[in-house]
Amino acid sequence: MSRVLLLQGNQAVVEGAIAAGVKFYGGYPITPSTEIAEQLAARLPQVGGKFMQTEDEIAGLGAAIGASMGGKKAMTATSGPGFSLKQEMLGLACTAEIPVVLVDVQRVGPATGQPTSPAQGEVMMTRWGTHGDHWVIVVSPSSVPECFWLTIRAVNLAEKYRVPVIILMDEVIGHMREKIELPDDYSTVETVDRVRPTCKPEEYLAYGTTEDNMVPAMADYGSGYRWHVTGLIHDETGFPKGTPAGTVNALNRLHDKIYNNLADIVTFENYKMDDAEFAVLSFGGAARTAYEAVDMARAEGLKVGFFRPITIWPFPEKEVKELAGKVKGILVHELNYGQYVLEVERVVAGKCPVTLYGKYDNESATPQELLAEIKKAMGR
Amino acid sequence: MGMEQLVEKYFRPGRLPHIWCPGCGNGVITGAIVKAVDKQGLSKDEVALISGIGCSSRSSGYLDFNTANTLHGRALPIASGLKMANPALKVIVASGDGDCTAIGGNHLIHAARRNIDLTLVVYNNSIYGMTGGQYSPMTPKGSKATTAPYLTIEPSFNLLDLAKAAGATFCARATTFHVPLMVDVIAKGIAHKGFSIIECVSACPINFGRQNKAGTPAKMMEWQRDHGVMKAAWDKMDEEKKAEAIAAGKFPIGVLFETNDVQEYTEAYDEVIRRAQGGK
Repeated sequence: MSRVLLLQGNQAVVEGAIAAGVKFYGGYPITPSTEIAEQLAARLPQVGGKFMQTEDEIAGLGAAIGASMGGKKAMTATSGPGFSLKQEMLGLACTAEIPVVLVDVQRVGPATGQPTSPAQGEVMMTRWGTHGDHWVIVVSPSSVPECFWLTIRAVNLAEKYRVPVIILMDEVIGHMREKIELPDDYSTVETVDRVRPTCKPEEYLAYGTTEDNMVPAMADYGSGYRWHVTGLIHDETGFPKGTPAGTVNALNRLHDKIYNNLADIVTFENYKMDDAEFAVLSFGGAARTAYEAVDMARAEGLKVGFFRPITIWPFPEKEVKELAGKVKGILVHELNYGQYVLEVERVVAGKCPVTLYGKYDNESATPQELLAEIKKAMGR
Repeated sequence: MGMEQLVEKYFRPGRLPHIWCPGCGNGVITGAIVKAVDKQGLSKDEVALISGIGCSSRSSGYLDFNTANTLHGRALPIASGLKMANPALKVIVASGDGDCTAIGGNHLIHAARRNIDLTLVVYNNSIYGMTGGQYSPMTPKGSKATTAPYLTIEPSFNLLDLAKAAGATFCARATTFHVPLMVDVIAKGIAHKGFSIIECVSACPINFGRQNKAGTPAKMMEWQRDHGVMKAAWDKMDEEKKAEAIAAGKFPIGVLFETNDVQEYTEAYDEVIRRAQGGK
């Protein structure tokens, strides 16, 4: 059974978090993500969870990391300026492998920018924001229903791979209201819990892994398995290891646990791609324009399709390579000066022309504007 | 229990020797934490020790509790989230003076304001030791530091006044000379339901002492002996005497403030849950 509602993207994230079993939120108010905090303040205690409005953005993610160490599924949400402040904590979650979900509802930047207008200026920041080599999973929903299901997926991926997962939204997706069908009973939703140790506590190796499973079992603080979290490079014991080989091993595993599982992690959508000779590539809020622009192009007899990465990091490298071998050109549309296009160009590597339609004027493109860019790129 | 048995019981095998310099007070304070835990009869499983970054924050790695050596200044938010997730845990936070009062100052006042049941042990050696002797907000005005070659011009915090004003419900101070007192006040801080802060006045003979010609580690402990005044004696002084003592660099030690009249944060949140679920 299900119920049909009219919700904002931010509200759908909240319901997704509840359905996924999130029991802790720490965060600071910031436009355009504030509704997530407001509604979780109401929803979490209803399900026995806890909400904490922290003194700053840093503490929001910090408290979520602490709650996750205590065994709760935990999350935070923010927007550009707050996302900048959270970067250090994000690095700690990466290296200490603490499952946590971070929602970034992008607005125009840099600095205070345009707080109530959409942009996709943090695409590269989600990949490279914190210092040092690190690897995260970033998903980007394009509709209100997808906000719900992708939040559940983000929590599940965070638990499964012990990695921070970023839900990259933008003002359009966060504030847009759409019809959504929610399950009446969230216990029917498929959820994933981190693997907890089953060995004797004295045999527990906090970061011990096997060749088949590169994600170590994680014990709740207070469960009888005493272990140590550190932001220092550490070995399988969890204690600092400063050797060159120790550093290489630690970083390689953080990379491989994600990149050896791309088939499980990378998701995408193909729209009218079967016979397409030209492709639009877009994600998140910008993707909303693409469906209609492609339909309009089709109505004019142009064989245009649309490829939408849903997992934007890791980059869908295999799929984009295949795409480049199939079409005569790719138009990347994003709400920034040109970020994701750089990665597309790197992967396409000259196999077909790649064009950018970057928009950074506070507004989404109209389908007509995108259609005009498609035609220009196709030489029509 | 003697120190050897305490080390056997509470320190992680294979993690010693520690990184601290000869004469450093960090070992005394870490020892006092262990003795206080032992005094309270707590099992290692029910204690979490969360630290920030700096010399003193390395203590978490040596101790066989549920531990974390987190980020500079950020132990309190992580400890707060942990306490919210599992209020049954006794959560102790180890933090240096720079970690706690400079980069972590905002977290300090807000953890105190919430009156969340954490026990914050501040290792105050008046200097950034790990980075080699830069002044902190706890460095006495007029001291030498590598970043103050012409003496510091910034007044230092009165940390316990700050914490009390922010809402801490248990404020105590001891020095590494007054070890039984330190053990006693840390134990009381752990037992206290609410935000406790224990300022442990310590010496950094290498990075503070040498620049300021403070003498040997023993000399620096003598300074602590001569400047720490037991609360009972401090309270007997009239205002004029107190002003003279403060001007001479003296400070009160012992439990300086305690109240049980403020509701603890995680207990208050239990009421939020009750209200959200339709209860009164």
